[in-house]
Amino acid sequence: MLNLLELLSQVPDPEIPVINIVELGIVRGAKMLSEDEVEVIITPTYSACPAMFSIEEDIIKLLKENNLKPKVTTQMFPIWTTDWMTDEAREKLRAYGITPPEKGEGESHLHIPKKCPRCGSENTKELSRFGSTLCKSSFQCNDCLEPFDYFKCH
Amino acid sequence: MKSLTKYTLKLADDTLIMGQRLAEWCGKGPYLEEDIALTNIALDYLGQSNNFYKYAAQLIGDGKTEDDLAFLRVEKEYLNAQFVELPNEDYAQTLLKVYFFCTYQKLLYENLSKSSDEMFSALAQKSLKEVKYHYTHSKTWMNVFSTGTDESKSRLEKALENIWEYTGSLFDETEDEENLFELGIIPSSKALFTEWKSLIKKDFAEFNLEFPEAEFMQKGSRKGIHTEYFGFILCELQYMQRTYPGCTW
Repeated sequence: MLNLLELLSQVPDPEIPVINIVELGIVRGAKMLSEDEVEVIITPTYSACPAMFSIEEDIIKLLKENNLKPKVTTQMFPIWTTDWMTDEAREKLRAYGITPPEKGEGESHLHIPKKCPRCGSENTKELSRFGSTLCKSSFQCNDCLEPFDYFKCH
Repeated sequence: MKSLTKYTLKLADDTLIMGQRLAEWCGKGPYLEEDIALTNIALDYLGQSNNFYKYAAQLIGDGKTEDDLAFLRVEKEYLNAQFVELPNEDYAQTLLKVYFFCTYQKLLYENLSKSSDEMFSALAQKSLKEVKYHYTHSKTWMNVFSTGTDESKSRLEKALENIWEYTGSLFDETEDEENLFELGIIPSSKALFTEWKSLIKKDFAEFNLEFPEAEFMQKGSRKGIHTEYFGFILCELQYMQRTYPGCTW
C-alpha cells in the first residue's frame, strides 16, 4: 500500500529546503478518500507565512504527478507549534546552520541562551529579534564570531 | 449584518490598517534590523487580518472572499478604530503606536483564546504568540526613548500627547457586543479597557513616564466614522483592485 506520509515527505519547506513539511508538523494527516482521491490535512504555521501558499501548490503538484486527485484541507485547531517538529528535523536545522527551537521551551525561550550551531558555544548575543523570515531571529556567536539564525520557539 | 460578523470585521480591519500603515516604513527604517523588525510586525498584522477576513467571509456566506472584504468596501463600511489610522510621524510615535496596539492585542487575545467560538479561540492563540514578540520589542524601545536623551524623551512625550485621546477608540464596541459577551464568545471591551489602563500604568512606571490623566477620548469608532487620514490610506490600499478589477498575482 502507498505510504502517503512518506510520499508527502518529498515536499520541502520552500524557505528552509533541508526539512520537509511532514517533519515540520505542517501535515496533520493524509488519507485515501477513494481509489485515487487523497485528502491532505495541513495546519498553517505563522499567520502570515507566505510559504503556506506554495506548500499547498507543491502538495497538489506532487499528488497529481503520482496520478492522484488531491484535496487539501486547512485545519486551524489545534494550533501549530514548534513542539511538533521531529528531533530529526531539529538536527537537520542545526547542521544547516540554524539553531532549532527546543521542545517545550514555550515562552521561557526568550531567556535561554541560544547555542551556536557551528561551534556549540552558548556565549552568544541577539542581533535582532526579527529575522529574514517570520520564523527566525538573528544571533551572533561571541566565540567563533559567526552570525546565525535561530528558529523561534512558537 | 449579524453581530458576530461585525465583531470579526472589527478585528480584521484593525489589523489590516495597522499593517498597511506600518508597512510605510518598509525600506525607510532607521537601520537594517529595525526596518526588518517593523516589516515583520506589519506582515504579522496582515496575516492576522487575512485570517479574520476569511472567517468573516465564511460567516457572511454570499460568495465574497477575504480579498473583497479587504479591498472593495467603502470608507463607512470599515469598522476599525480611528487609532490605527493615525500617521506614523517619527520613530517614537510609530513605536508608541505599536506599543499601545500590542498591549491591547495581548489582553484581547489572552481573553479571546478562551472563547466558546472555536475559530476565535484558535486564531487568538495563534496570534498571541506573535503579539508577545511585538510587545517585548516595543517595550524595549519605550525604555530606550524614555531613558535615552532629553530629545528622545521629549519626542516620546510629544507622541503621547498626539495619540493618547485615540487609544480609547480601540475599545469602542460594535453593534450588540453585549450579546456576544453573554454567550461567552468575546471578552467585554469595557473590562479590557480597564485592564489595559492598569497594564499601561504599570509599564509607564517602569519607563519613568507620566501616565496621562486626560480622560477625554475621541468618539465614533466602530461605526464607520473615521479621521481625515483614512481616505488617503484607503486610496493607496485599494488602488490596484479599483484600477484593475479582479487582478491577481
